[in-house]
Parts: sequence; C-alpha cells; structure tokens
Amino acid sequence: MNEVDPKACPITANHIKVALVGQPNVGKSMLINSVSNAHLHVGNFSGVTVDKTEVLFDYEEYSFTVVDLPGTYAFTDYTIEERVTHDYLCAEDYDIIINVVDSTNLEKNLQLTSELLTMSKKVVIALNMSDEAEKEKIKINAKYMSELIGVPCVKVSAVTKEGIGELIEAVIKKHENVRNKPKLFFSEPVEEEIAQVVWYLDKHRFESANTHRNIAINLLKNNKKTYATLHDEPIWTELQPILIEASKHIELHHDSDDIKEAFAEEYAAFNRGIVAEVVKQEIKLTKRTTTEQIDSILIHPIAGIPIFLFFMWSLFQLTFEVGAMPMEYIDSFFIWFGETLGSTISNDDIRSLIVDGIIAGVGAVVLFVPNIIILFIGISLLESTGYMSRVAFLLDGFFHKFGLHGQSFIPLVTGFGCSIPAYMSARILKNDRDRLLTLFIIGFMSCGARLPVYVLFAGAFFSPEMAGNILFLIYIGGALLGLAAAKLLKLTAFKGLEEPFVMEMPKYRLPSVKLIWHTVLTKTMMYLKKAGTYIAAASMLIWFLSNYPHNFVIEESYTSIISMTNKEDVKIKLQYELDEALLEASYLGRIGKFSEPFFTPLGFDWKMSVALQTGLAAKEVVVSTLSVLYSLGGDVDQDSNSLMGAISKNISLASAIAFIVVIMIYLPCLAASVVFTREAGHIKYFFYLFAFTSITAYVMAFFAYNIVLVLT
Amino acid sequence: MKTLLDCNKGCVVKVLKLNTKGDLKQRLISFGIMKEAVLEVLEHAPGKSTIEIKVGKMRIALRAQEAELIEVQKI
Repeated sequence: MNEVDPKACPITANHIKVALVGQPNVGKSMLINSVSNAHLHVGNFSGVTVDKTEVLFDYEEYSFTVVDLPGTYAFTDYTIEERVTHDYLCAEDYDIIINVVDSTNLEKNLQLTSELLTMSKKVVIALNMSDEAEKEKIKINAKYMSELIGVPCVKVSAVTKEGIGELIEAVIKKHENVRNKPKLFFSEPVEEEIAQVVWYLDKHRFESANTHRNIAINLLKNNKKTYATLHDEPIWTELQPILIEASKHIELHHDSDDIKEAFAEEYAAFNRGIVAEVVKQEIKLTKRTTTEQIDSILIHPIAGIPIFLFFMWSLFQLTFEVGAMPMEYIDSFFIWFGETLGSTISNDDIRSLIVDGIIAGVGAVVLFVPNIIILFIGISLLESTGYMSRVAFLLDGFFHKFGLHGQSFIPLVTGFGCSIPAYMSARILKNDRDRLLTLFIIGFMSCGARLPVYVLFAGAFFSPEMAGNILFLIYIGGALLGLAAAKLLKLTAFKGLEEPFVMEMPKYRLPSVKLIWHTVLTKTMMYLKKAGTYIAAASMLIWFLSNYPHNFVIEESYTSIISMTNKEDVKIKLQYELDEALLEASYLGRIGKFSEPFFTPLGFDWKMSVALQTGLAAKEVVVSTLSVLYSLGGDVDQDSNSLMGAISKNISLASAIAFIVVIMIYLPCLAASVVFTREAGHIKYFFYLFAFTSITAYVMAFFAYNIVLVLT
Repeated sequence: MKTLLDCNKGCVVKVLKLNTKGDLKQRLISFGIMKEAVLEVLEHAPGKSTIEIKVGKMRIALRAQEAELIEVQKI
C-alpha cells in the first residue's frame, strides 16, 4: 500500500518520526497521501484504517516517517483499532504527534486533542478540511488558537493540498524546539487536586520520563498503566490516600460518581472555551444542512430500504449489461491471439500449453475485467459518499434480529469487493463474539472474484435481459443466506449478550473523480496482476495435470479406428471421444473421477468437481479450469468456441444452479483463509469455517439441484 | 423519567444523566453525549429500532436499547 521513496532513509540525524492521530474520518490517510504521494485507502466512514501504516518521505534535509494510526474518538480501548492507536501513543517511540482535526467540527475533535495535550509529547495540530470549513463560512483563527493552547495549529486541506508545506515546516520547527508546554487547564478545584499530587511527587523527587503533572492527571483519571507503574513504588502507600481524597473532591465537584465522566466534562468545558474564542461562524439562514436534507430521503423510515435495494439492483444490472459490451471483443482478441501465436509454434505440446493452457486460462479471467471495474466503482462510491453508514443505520434493526451488529454491515459490504479487506475491517466491531460471527459470514457476501463465475453461468443459461436480475438475485440470495447462517451461529456457537450500537453518521461528500479512479485502477491492476501471475501459473498446472500422463494405448486404438472410416461426421465424433478419453486418463481426470461420486448427488460431472477443488485456491481459477478442461476436451464445435457456449451445451440448468450455490457459500480463497485465520486469532476457527461452509454449501446445493430437477 | 427513546422526531432535549457505566458510558461521552449536552432527534429507522440524533454538529446513530439509557429533559 505505502509507496516508499528510495531516497528516504530513516537512519539519519534529521529523521523525524511522526504519529498521525485524529478522530475517525477526519482525513488522516488522505493527508498522508497528499504529503507524500502515497496511496493509502481512504473512504467516508469511520474505520477505514484499521491498522497502523508507515509512510516514508523526504522534505528538504529531513526524512520523515509518518505512522498513520486508526482513528479514535478518545483515549479508550473500545475497539481493536482504537487499542492499536492507544498502545502506540503510550508505548512506542516517536518524536512528535500530528493531531488531525476536522475544521468543520472543531469542538468534537478537540476532545481527543485535549487528551493528547495532557501527554508529555510534542503536538502539532492540523486543522484539516479548511476548504470545507470556508465553504460553510466557519472561520478559525489558527494563530490565536496556537497561542491559547500553546501548540502550533496549521490550517490545511488534504484535498486541495493547501497548507501542507506550512504543516511540515511547523512540525520541523516544533521538533527542533526545546519542549514548550501545552496550555491545558482544568477548573480550579481540579487544578488544586492536581497540584496536591504534583507537590507530593516533587517532594519525593519521583523520577520518570513523564512530567509530574502528567502523572498526576493520569492517576486522577484512573489510568491503569500509570497505576501499575506506581503501584510498585515505595511512595505508593503515602500517595494512595492523597489520591482517594483528591478523587472524592473532584467527584463531589462534578456531582458524579464516575471520575472519568468528571474529566470528560472538564475537557469539554476547556474545548467549549477554545471554540468560543477562535471559531466564528456566520449564522446560517437555512435550518437544515444539505446532509440532513439528503438524509430525510435516503434514510426515510419507509422509502429508505427500497431505495437502497434499487441502488444495489441497478449496480448489478450495470455490472452485467455494460460489462457484457466489451466482452465479445476481449474474447475474440484472446482467440485470435491464441491462434496467431499457436501457428508460430511447431511443437504440439508447447503449443497446447500456451494456447489451451495459459492463454485460455488467463483470457477467461481477463474477460471479466469490465464487470469487475463496474462493481468496484459501485463499492467505492458507497464507501466515499458516506452512504455506507446510512445503510448500516437502516439495516441495523433487521440485522439485529439475526444476531448481527449494525456495524457488521461495513465489513459485509466490503466483502462484496474482496473478502480480505472485509476480514480486516471487522476490527471496527468491539466485541470478540460479534467480530467472530461477522468473520464467519463475510464469505457469504460474494466477492469480486466470484463475479466471473456468476457472469459466465448467468450468461450461459439466461437471456441478456434476465442475466442482470439473476446476478442481483445471486448476491442478495448470498447475503440472505449469510443472515440465516448468522442467526444459526448466534443461537448455537456465539450465544451472548447484545453489544451496544453507537455510530457516527458522516457528512455526505461528493466523491472526487480522482479518488474513485485511483481506487478502481489499483484494484483492477491487482486483478490483472493476479491473472497474469497466479492464475497463469495455476492454468499451467491445470494444463499439465490434464495432459499427463499421456495414454498412448487409448490414442493408438482410436487413431486406428479413425483412419479406417471415411465419413467426416464419424471422424469428428471419434476425435471427440478420443479427447474425452485422454482427458479422463490424465491426473486431473483421475482426481475428478475419484471425487465425482461425492459430487454426483449435486449433479456435477468430473470437470465441475475439479473446478470446485481448484477454486479453493482462488475463485478465478474455477473459470480458468473450466476453460482449460472444455477447450481441451468436449467442445469441438467450431462455431461456439467460447466457454459460455461450451457450458450451456455440456451442463444442465439444475447442475449449473447447484454449482453457483456451492460457489456462493464455500471458502473464498487461499489468501482470504490465511487472513481469516489471523483475524480470528486461532487456527481452529479456520477448521470450523471450512467445515461450516463446506457442509452448508453441500446441503444447499443438494436441495437446489433436486428442486430444479423437479421443477424442470 | 423521560429517556431519549421517548422523544419524537424533531425533539430537542438536554441530557440529565447517563444510566450506564463502563465502556458504553465512555463511548457515549466520547461522542459528546454527556450531562448538559443538547441532543436533537433527527430520524427513526423502521420500527424505531435505531434512531439518529444530532449532538453539536455530529450525527450519531443509536440503537433503541442505548437511547433508553439516556435520561433527558425537554427544552
């Protein structure tokens, strides 16, 4: 993800390590992208960055390492991603913090800022989205703000790249400076208690890397880590009664029995003061913001869900309709390419390897690039406009009935693109049980790699007008199955209490064309790269397995019969039989034949059985396997050279539907399985997942096959 | 006792008390839902299962169960 400038060398005297911190969805990753030309993933909802990412870049004689940390509303360990940030800030070694804040909502953002100011670290505040603030007629006096809180505040915009230079200058200046203390003051009663504790620490010359004020605040805030360190010190016995007394006073002052709540109120009061001083906003005449106006339609209690379903339906219609247009050209290009290249190769085996193996296998996957592009555009629109959180809002009630958390929606939708980032983004779920449950059903959301299989089969069995609807049905069907599976798991394996649902609804943003273009381009290139490397290698392997061992006995016996007949049609028929017999005698044929009885109840022939097994590596391989198998054997009809034609001729509708059902349900791919195991935390979950998805897939496909058989 | 769940769409209220503790309380506070904060009910999801409120300039979605824990007073 992160682009590393070869010039950047972290081991120099002028190296500055920056921790980038801010609340979710304030544009931290976007800011890094515009500072360093990196290409981190950005979106308009909280939880896009779930793990820390390092980006290196040079500026004048300085080299920077910027650590992009997941967004956090406050210093809590509410979710895994927030824990990543909190742990990093407390325990890791870095020089300076850049606190990114959203200029259009300063008061809320300062909540985190004020907590950062109580740490003994150097801080620079980046007032991001200053262009948006200007549009909303919000004026922030950055200079006055810097004076008030004692740390440099710089107006920037990650979108227009305004102020980026000033921000870096401010970081360098602050870094060179000997520490100057941020000015954060609490109310008088609290300050008195802090002074009390500080006085005690001073008196005993307590040695620590942090300032005594910082330690005192942390102790009063019930910070566990600070407690743990001081607990082993001899001064603890005397310090404890002072702390108890101080806490009592503060709680009394705030009329609360919760010291954390008391401190939150202290911070909030400080922030209100700052905002009142530095922010001037011209009062708007319109009562409703644009976001609220759009929301009144999109999350309307009655119209909201139909609108969402309509969007999804349109996406799949487009995916099929528009995606099908260039397909014919790509298909004929690869056929032409195969024939042209094949005619230059004299060796039969090498020609077959290249034409029937690699070109057929890779071509079959590249064929679906247009569909993939449209799907990715749809998903990145969903991510970048802010609509994603609305759908989570709309569906939470529904999801809840199935034992899922509303925020599960975000990883689940990501799963329509690719399961791997989906598994990662499940980290936004606080509770381990919710997270595991979500991890288990992400696979039911059909990923982009399965799209080729669906498009292939939908195109082979249904008219172009229907195929888009079928695609929509497959995706919705998969999602509903996922919900049913969630309910089942919630009732059995993941019993437990409900987790709260509290989520920010971001402002709607017009997605920038550049951003969408970039996201889609990156993902498409990844898909093509995979086709060129992984899929090409798999196609070669499949070709090898399907051509060897070469059975000369069968070949000779057929050749002798073929040479005896004079009739053309008999010759063709015999040649067909020969190809089939050779294929069946190959390694792959043997594997297929061996596993065929197991798949017969689902109506699969041995070729389909093999394709399902190779599909465990990656779903695109299913298409290339079918392509290699059907281009080597069976299909001798010159008119329908394409795979779609071969499939509609060789496979019955019932078998095809059962096949789609298996593809919908069973394991996404090898890479996703590895990520799943890592995110779930134990290898045993992988075996559970494997068993769960395989059994479900088998049972569902069995029913689907038999029901369709009865109906047709 | 009136809670946020009892409020209709368009209602503007002041928070009196958060009847919860631990993580959830911290979470609500970090979103600015704390004593004396002013909330506005923007929208209800189908079946009132989830509600959307506005705190300052931020819009937040809450489930009915959570809204019920927030004691409010109409202003």
